[in-house]
Amino acid sequence: MANTAEFRTCPDTGLLFHKPAETLMKLNAVAGIVFLALGGVLGLLMGLTRWPTVHLLQADSFYMLLTAHGLSVLIFWIIFFEIAVLYFTSSTLLRSRLATPRWAWLGFALMVVGSITTMVSIFQGRSSVMMTSYVPMSAEPHFYLGLILFAVGALIGCFVFLGTLVIARAERTYGEGSIPLVTFGALTACIIAIFTIASGAIILIPTFLWKIGYINHIDPLMYRILWWGMGHSSQQINVSAHIAVWYAVMGVVFGARPLSEKVSRSAFLLYILFLQLASAHHLLVDPGIGTEWKIFNTSYAMYLAVLASMIHGLTVPGAMEAAQRKRGFNKGLFEWLRKAPWGNPSFAGVFLSILIFGFLGGISGVVMGTEQINLIIHNTLYVPGHFHATVVGGTTLAFMALTYWLVPVLFRREIIFPSLSKFQPYLFGIGMAGFCLFMMGAGTLGVPRRHWDISFSGAIFGHQFPETAYLLLGLTGISVILAVIGGGLFILQIVGSVFFGKRRGETRGPVPLIAEPVAPGLHGIGIGGISVPGTLVLALVFLTAFILYYFVNWKYLSQVWGLG
Amino acid sequence: MALTPPAERLWWKEPIEAVELFWVAIALVWAIVMFIMMPYWHVYGKQNLSSEAYRTTPEMYTQKVQAMVDKYTIRTETARNMPVVRAPAGADIYMLARLWEWYPALELEKGQTYRLHLSSVDWQHGFSLQPENINVQVIPGYEMVMKITPNKSGEFSVICNEYCGIGHHTMIGKIYVK
Repeated sequence: MANTAEFRTCPDTGLLFHKPAETLMKLNAVAGIVFLALGGVLGLLMGLTRWPTVHLLQADSFYMLLTAHGLSVLIFWIIFFEIAVLYFTSSTLLRSRLATPRWAWLGFALMVVGSITTMVSIFQGRSSVMMTSYVPMSAEPHFYLGLILFAVGALIGCFVFLGTLVIARAERTYGEGSIPLVTFGALTACIIAIFTIASGAIILIPTFLWKIGYINHIDPLMYRILWWGMGHSSQQINVSAHIAVWYAVMGVVFGARPLSEKVSRSAFLLYILFLQLASAHHLLVDPGIGTEWKIFNTSYAMYLAVLASMIHGLTVPGAMEAAQRKRGFNKGLFEWLRKAPWGNPSFAGVFLSILIFGFLGGISGVVMGTEQINLIIHNTLYVPGHFHATVVGGTTLAFMALTYWLVPVLFRREIIFPSLSKFQPYLFGIGMAGFCLFMMGAGTLGVPRRHWDISFSGAIFGHQFPETAYLLLGLTGISVILAVIGGGLFILQIVGSVFFGKRRGETRGPVPLIAEPVAPGLHGIGIGGISVPGTLVLALVFLTAFILYYFVNWKYLSQVWGLG
Repeated sequence: MALTPPAERLWWKEPIEAVELFWVAIALVWAIVMFIMMPYWHVYGKQNLSSEAYRTTPEMYTQKVQAMVDKYTIRTETARNMPVVRAPAGADIYMLARLWEWYPALELEKGQTYRLHLSSVDWQHGFSLQPENINVQVIPGYEMVMKITPNKSGEFSVICNEYCGIGHHTMIGKIYVK
């Protein structure tokens, strides 16, 4: 091990922090939260503009700020936070020094410069091209340049993570064998991030060169194929990262062990092998792409990545159930769940994240990724309904849950308003869940995404959407307000705690921050030989909802005009 | 636990829980059912996206659209004199997307099948037929051909659902089905 003066042991958790890594974790997490706050404010403006009776912004500002909203939360918030997660899961969990902290600083600096450059280009008003920036529509050159710099910075972060794994192994910092499951999940996210960034580079660098005049044509279909290799895959980084966070929080709160290491890790491996193909979802109604290609890719090679998510959907709550039952909550089907710490924001956040990600984001994603069903969903408001359920209800809520735990561990500060943290995750989660459902409903009625005025005033022809669509957009607006209040309280709570929370000092606090691990093995718990019967029942409820909703959509499809 | 290395030195030597195997088996069966539904619908379903598409250019495509408009226009509508075209059943019909209109308007007969061609002459657009809610991406340089068979009569709007600049929300066209 390197110089021991560079390390600090957390008195509450026993985790060993390498100080340069700790500083970088804090900075990346803070940068992420700044973008989350910005994205949240912009999100409020979007919600209030799409609420027809409020219709807050003018069209040009709406499209400009929608571009800014997408990039600031979907890319900048999440990737900054993920870099913090990568450093935590490598350096801290493996008790190792961080590889090349100087390179990590360079990566961070590039990400900051890149994200600011792109945001500036958007706020200058000539890059209102949406996050997707589909050619031949073009943004200012520094819009692309900023994204390229950000991606290079993130790539450096990925290599620092991999380098840290190598050092930890070489220096035997964590024992002889496999890395912890949470680190394994983060490694999956890192591998996916590397191909994501490669796809981004393959398309954004030529697009930048096209914009400044060195290349005369970018094929718009090729752009879409490669861009989505980045655009969708970057969301798969989130899936792997937030599932790693789910396991981590279950470990911290309950001392839970995975039901079996083999199943959970194999599920992560399926992500590496198959999730990339999900980018095909975006191209299902594009011309010039063959049917077989669409079916093979959208079905993730027979849905093997969906299978992986369904596995985690069982094993994460299953790990919690097993831990609770071993602690004595072994009565009936659901005592383990009733006696869960519902007022602990780390638990509540993760539990809501699992529900919203699975029931709303997961099911809707698979349904709209079905080749033919996509015809009745593509580019409607259903699409943002789906991905807010995955990225906000799933990823962001999970990261918020982890942050509640990281503030005392990493910053050594108490959470300032503990009573607020009891309900903040519910406010945010329920607001987001409502928002997603109402947007999906409006999308089912045909309301388009990225559209300033569905009453078409000033257009040559008129079109009247059903009254229900207007009602759903109003409810969407109200849900946005709830979610933004929930998100705002989170920012207030975290920023307040980091700056003004009571210092914990370097002694152990009275309330433990990490549960003692439960004993291994599942003997003597459960009902009739099934060790986690409650989770199995919940999983079967999920599957039933999935099957019903899937076939309802085929039914809707069968009623529209014949197409062939 | 999940934050610490597994009990066995190598994770693939750890045992598997029975409940997990059961769930993996069910989930796998469901994945296969979902996979089969797509080819099944290509054989037995009536709504499938064609994979017929051609490379084109704005000039070539505009010419083809104009030839149809010149031959089959039955009236014009709105202050912009948008032609309404009624081609015979089974014919090739065209719609052109540009900033910010769908050109021309079409009139179809219920229950008849047409070969609808779609392309853009400038940016990407989204063909969104309302209230049917059929949505197809329209990409410059690519001419997509899909066979459509309207099964209801009435007035249908074609709105744009791919963001295409500041006039995006005024881009709207019409298809009438008699």
